[in-house]
Amino acid sequence: MNRMNEHGGICVFSEANDLILELLGKARELADKLHVKLTAVQFGKNAQEKANELVRYGADKVYALDNPALEIFQDEAYLNVLHDIAVRDSPEILMIGSTRNGKPLAARLATRLDAGCVPDCIAVELDGSGRLIGERITYGGNALARVAFKSKPQIVTVPARAFEKRAPQERKGEIVKLDVKVEPSRVEVVERKPLETSSERVEEAEVIVSCGRGLEKKDDIALLKQVADVVGGQVGCSRPLVEDRKWFSEWIGLSGHKVKPKLYIASGVSGVIQHVAGIRDAKIIVAINKDPEAPIFEIADYGVVGDLYQVLPALKDALKKQLQ
Amino acid sequence: MKRIIVCLKQAVDVSQLKIDPATRQLITAGAPRKISDFDKNALEEAIKIKEKLGGIEIFTLTVDSEDAKAVLREALAMGADKAYFVNDPAVQAVDTSGTAYILAQAVRKIGEFDLILGGESSLDSFSGLVGSRLSELLGLPQVSSVRKLSVDGDTIIAERALEESSEVVKTKIPAVVTVTREINQPRIPSLMMIMKASKKEIIKWTLADTDTQKEKIAPKIEVLEALAPKMERKKIIIKGDTVQEIAEKLAKALIQEGVIGR
Repeated sequence: MNRMNEHGGICVFSEANDLILELLGKARELADKLHVKLTAVQFGKNAQEKANELVRYGADKVYALDNPALEIFQDEAYLNVLHDIAVRDSPEILMIGSTRNGKPLAARLATRLDAGCVPDCIAVELDGSGRLIGERITYGGNALARVAFKSKPQIVTVPARAFEKRAPQERKGEIVKLDVKVEPSRVEVVERKPLETSSERVEEAEVIVSCGRGLEKKDDIALLKQVADVVGGQVGCSRPLVEDRKWFSEWIGLSGHKVKPKLYIASGVSGVIQHVAGIRDAKIIVAINKDPEAPIFEIADYGVVGDLYQVLPALKDALKKQLQ
Repeated sequence: MKRIIVCLKQAVDVSQLKIDPATRQLITAGAPRKISDFDKNALEEAIKIKEKLGGIEIFTLTVDSEDAKAVLREALAMGADKAYFVNDPAVQAVDTSGTAYILAQAVRKIGEFDLILGGESSLDSFSGLVGSRLSELLGLPQVSSVRKLSVDGDTIIAERALEESSEVVKTKIPAVVTVTREINQPRIPSLMMIMKASKKEIIKWTLADTDTQKEKIAPKIEVLEALAPKMERKKIIIKGDTVQEIAEKLAKALIQEGVIGR
C-alpha cells in the first residue's frame, strides 16, 4: 500500500462532466508518482452519485456539495468552497478545467492563495524534484512553452481533450459531504440559452473537411459536405469565413475550436499559424491549395497543388470507389 | 458612470514573429509590438459607452518594462482621454500575478472609477488570467468572455459566450469586465484624431510611484523554454497527370493510413 500524505495532495475540479474525468486520468498518474491523495470536488444535486463515479475514474476522496443551489455554476460560491478546501487540505497541485467559467475561477483562486497559475496546459509532468511543469501554446501558436512553478500550491488549468480518461473501475474512495451556506453571487445570471450552433460538435469529429478563403461562395460548402459524407466526417472552416464572410458561426484555430481528428482535409486554407495551432493534434493533415507556396503544405502529410473545385469532387469519387 | 479604466497591454505582434530555424527559438527582441487585440476591443467598447452616455472619462493603464509611447498614442487617438503608463525595468520578470498586482496598485492610485475593461487574454502570452486576478485583488465582481455589453445606471448587463451556451448576466458597478473579439470592430483613428491625441497626457509612473513592493511581484512561475513546436509531417506532394489520378492516389494513401473507412 502506498504511503499517503494527508497534506500536499492533488485536487481537481471542473464543472464540465467529461473534463473532470479527463483531469482525474492525468491527476491519478501524478498522484501515484508523488504518493499522495487525489481529491475531487463535485457540486449540485446528485453530487453523491456523481462522486461515486469520480472515485471509479480515479479519485481517492470526493467533496460532494449536494446542494440544488449549486447545480449551475456560481462563480463566487464555487470559488469560496474551493478556497476553503485548499486552505484545509493544502494541496500541492490544483488542476482545474479550462472552460470559460473554470479559467477565471482558477485565476481568482490562485490570487486568493497567492499562488502561481499556468493556464491551458496541454501536457503536464513532474521534474526530478516533484515540481510540476506545464506545457502550453503561446505566441499565437508560434511556440510551445514549458513553464515550471516556483511556489506552491501549483495551479494549472487544462482544456478539454488534452488528457485521456482512465477506464472506470470499482475502487474504494472516501466521500465527504459538505454543506455550505450559498451567498448569491454579485454577478446575477438573468438568462441562459444553448448556443445556436449545429448539433454536430466539430471537436468530436474523426474526419474534418475544412475550407478557407479559397472557397468562392457559400453554396460551395456543399462540395466539402459531399466529401465529408463519404467518410462520415464534418465540415469546418478557418476564421475568415466566420469573421469576414459570415458563412459559418464558428471556426477552427487558436482562438476558436481546437480539434484533433484522425483526418483533417484543409482545402483552400492558406495555413496561417493561428489556424495551424487549432489542428496540430490531427493525426493526418491533407492540404489542397492552388498556391504551391501556401504555408499549409509545410504542415501537411499529403498535399495536392490544385484547384479545390476540381480536387474535392474527384476525391469524393475516388473515396466512394475505394471504400466500396 | 463617470470613469472607465481600460487595461492595455503592449503585445508582441505574433503574426510578424520570426523563428530561428536552427534552434526553434522565437526572435522576440525587436519584434514589432502593438496594442493587444482584445484590449483594443475593450478600448473600443469604452469609447462606445462614452459616446452613448456622455460625460465619461476614459483612462488607459499599461504596465511594461519597455517604452510603449507609440501604442499609448494610438489609444489616445482612438479616443482615450489620458494614458497611465507604469514603466519600470523590474516589470520584465513579472508573471500574471505580478502584473495584476501592479495594475491593482495603479488603479488604487488613480482612485475613483466605475468600470475596468480589458481583453479576455493577450495576443502573445494568451494566458487570460490578469483580469480575473485584478478583480480578486480589488475585491470586485468580474464578468469574463463578454461579447455584448450595455450600461443601465449603476448596473451593467453583459452577454457571455460559454462552451455550449450563452448567458446574460448583470452586476453592479464597479466591476471588472473582460471582452472577446466578437464584441466590436475597433475603429481606426483619423488623422485629425491622431493630431488631437498629441496634446493628450501620458502619465508615467515607476513601480515606486505605485507603492509596489518588489517582493509582492516576485514571479511564482518561470518559463523554462518557449520553442517553435515541431510539426513532424510527411509533406508528401501527390502528383499525377489528371486530377482523377491524384485523387485516386490520395484516397489510397488515406485508407492505408487507417484514418478513414472501417
